[in-house]
Amino acid sequence: MTHASARDEVLARIGHALSGTPAPVEVPRAYRRTGEHPPGAPELLRLLTDRLVDYRATVHAASPQTVEPVLAAVLGGLDRVVVPPGLPVGWRPAGAVVDDGTLSPAELDRVDAVLTACTAAAAGTGTIVLDGSPDQGRRAITLVPDRHVCVVHAAQVVQTVPELLARVDPRRPLTFISGPSATSDIELQRVEGVHGPRTLIVVLVADG
Amino acid sequence: MSEVFLGMPAHAPADVAALHAARPFPAAARDALADPQLRRNIGAATATIRGKRAHVVAELDDWEQLRLAGQAVKAATMSRLDEHLRRLEQEVTARGGTVHWARDAAEANRIVTGLVRATGADEVVKVKSMVTQEIGLNEALAEAGIAAWETDLAELIVQLGHDTPSHILVPAIHRNRAEIREIFLREMPGADPALTDDPRALAMAARAHLRRKFLTARVAVSGANFAVADTGTLLVVESEGNGRMCLTLPDTLITVMGIEKVVPTWADLEVFLQLLPRSSTGERMNPYTSAWTGVVPGDGPQEFHLVLLDNGRTAVLADEVGREALHCIRCSACLNVCPVYERTGGHAYGSVYPGPIGAVLTPLLTGTAGNPSLPYASTLCGACFDACPVRIDIPSLLVHLRSRTTQERALPSAEAVAMAAASWVMASPWRFGWAGRLARLGRLFARRGRIRRLPPPLSAWTTARDAPAPPPQTFRDWWRENRGQP
Ligand code: SF4
Repeated sequence: MTHASARDEVLARIGHALSGTPAPVEVPRAYRRTGEHPPGAPELLRLLTDRLVDYRATVHAASPQTVEPVLAAVLGGLDRVVVPPGLPVGWRPAGAVVDDGTLSPAELDRVDAVLTACTAAAAGTGTIVLDGSPDQGRRAITLVPDRHVCVVHAAQVVQTVPELLARVDPRRPLTFISGPSATSDIELQRVEGVHGPRTLIVVLVADG
Repeated sequence: MSEVFLGMPAHAPADVAALHAARPFPAAARDALADPQLRRNIGAATATIRGKRAHVVAELDDWEQLRLAGQAVKAATMSRLDEHLRRLEQEVTARGGTVHWARDAAEANRIVTGLVRATGADEVVKVKSMVTQEIGLNEALAEAGIAAWETDLAELIVQLGHDTPSHILVPAIHRNRAEIREIFLREMPGADPALTDDPRALAMAARAHLRRKFLTARVAVSGANFAVADTGTLLVVESEGNGRMCLTLPDTLITVMGIEKVVPTWADLEVFLQLLPRSSTGERMNPYTSAWTGVVPGDGPQEFHLVLLDNGRTAVLADEVGREALHCIRCSACLNVCPVYERTGGHAYGSVYPGPIGAVLTPLLTGTAGNPSLPYASTLCGACFDACPVRIDIPSLLVHLRSRTTQERALPSAEAVAMAAASWVMASPWRFGWAGRLARLGRLFARRGRIRRLPPPLSAWTTARDAPAPPPQTFRDWWRENRGQP
């Protein structure tokens, strides 16, 4: 058996190591799986805002009626804005570049901002998830530009991490974002803004 | 090799340099203790992170329930590790990835080198990963003429400083801002001579330095924090965005992962994604977590390889007590609370895994003969257990390893006398309890919470360091009162 594959060998080693091991214990799941507030509750929108601001993101409140003017104000003055192909047309600033999947990293590096929607958000940790859907785009467009503007709808906001994970499909390419990029590598002091977008702007849209 | 030996759990080979201390811990610790700058740097940094962790842990009223769940998920996973790995392989393969298996460091390095060569690239960008440090991948790639660029800020500081990591989470924790500035000025091509030692300015210098690399890299190498068996999903938890850059922009992604990183289901992550960030950086959630499954057409690397590594892990699994060390999620909380680590720093442990978890995991991976002094790099104060998000009972593992060490190897020197005595005490629950209560009398001799001298044979320990005064109540007494039977 000198030519046993590494795969067979490692699996056989595990088999030996585990022989005689009793059946696994039941996992106690007494932790909090759902929050006390339903998705989109005003308390959750306040909590999400607090958490995001705590991580140096900027939050703008909007309603379904005001989302377009709020976005226009946030993006005003920026020359080059990239948007994913499925973003609502009304949100697109004039002259926006619609990503067709061909922009190279170097080209994305010359863009001023990216505007996307999101998949879900957790208020308790201030986390937003993108999953590559048409209104969020491929991962590179929300990574290379230095400014990310992200629209979050109230109905997408849950309280806890378990509720958040239950809302996303693990087989899609996922990015969990909690504030702008940061490092604590120098004397464990947090510095916001390293390789990912240095500015994160969230437009939080309350229910109509 | 005869058939009889196929599949016997194996330790990490003796040539895995990152796991084999060149010098015994007591000698290396003595040198570290003589470096006041090092002690100041590490003391300041660990004090900062302890405060942050305590603050965000206190926010969750279900923290203990999360720890219990994390511990149980890991134990259940280990007991069926082969099944979960087969499932992971099946799911990754079904979604366009390629799975490779490596018995040890050398085999993993050969696989990765071959994969990089096949792309024609002569450089790779790297996401911080303990496992590639463990196998010495950068050195192996360099021998093959392939440059590996570390992109995590702390790893970059270590790499530019021709240094080795001293902490799991913040490998450059032993460097202060002034030292980092000097390294950047000396080693970073085109660094601005006017660079200050402000952490923000230093971080921006790193951004500028790496930007072009990210935008042009064709191959990336990463580790993984978790792999979900039933979906084939891999996760990297990070802060700076260097991970996202490496996982997203290159054409080819090679992920090297220890076999113990698998978890059975996506829902299990609801536990670990709460435990890990709060325990490691003291954040409610780290800035970025990336999750991907195989290859996604039109989004990210179009070629994905997963290398599953043993390198001693099956030997750890075969030790029914020691197995628990495989539950570690590498948060580094046990390092940050450890009185020994705080004084010696990480290099004294002589392993890529320092601190309390390193003192147990390293000799478990190599066999105790490979690192006989590491299980003694602890005062058994119990702070590591209290901090551990998956409740690894490190003090008990240390005691277990001390008895394994003396059984497996006759120790030379005066050190041996102390260790044999300690081991004799540790090997029996009642003797250990009795010794702990006796040591409590040491409080009477302590000045300002530190004992300067202990009688022989323990004086061998206190000539090199102040032993912390024993707490008024021993860990075991406290345990008995608070958690029932010891
Ligand atoms: S042993 Fe526990 S506390 Fe230490 S690094 Fe591992 S998970 Fe964290």
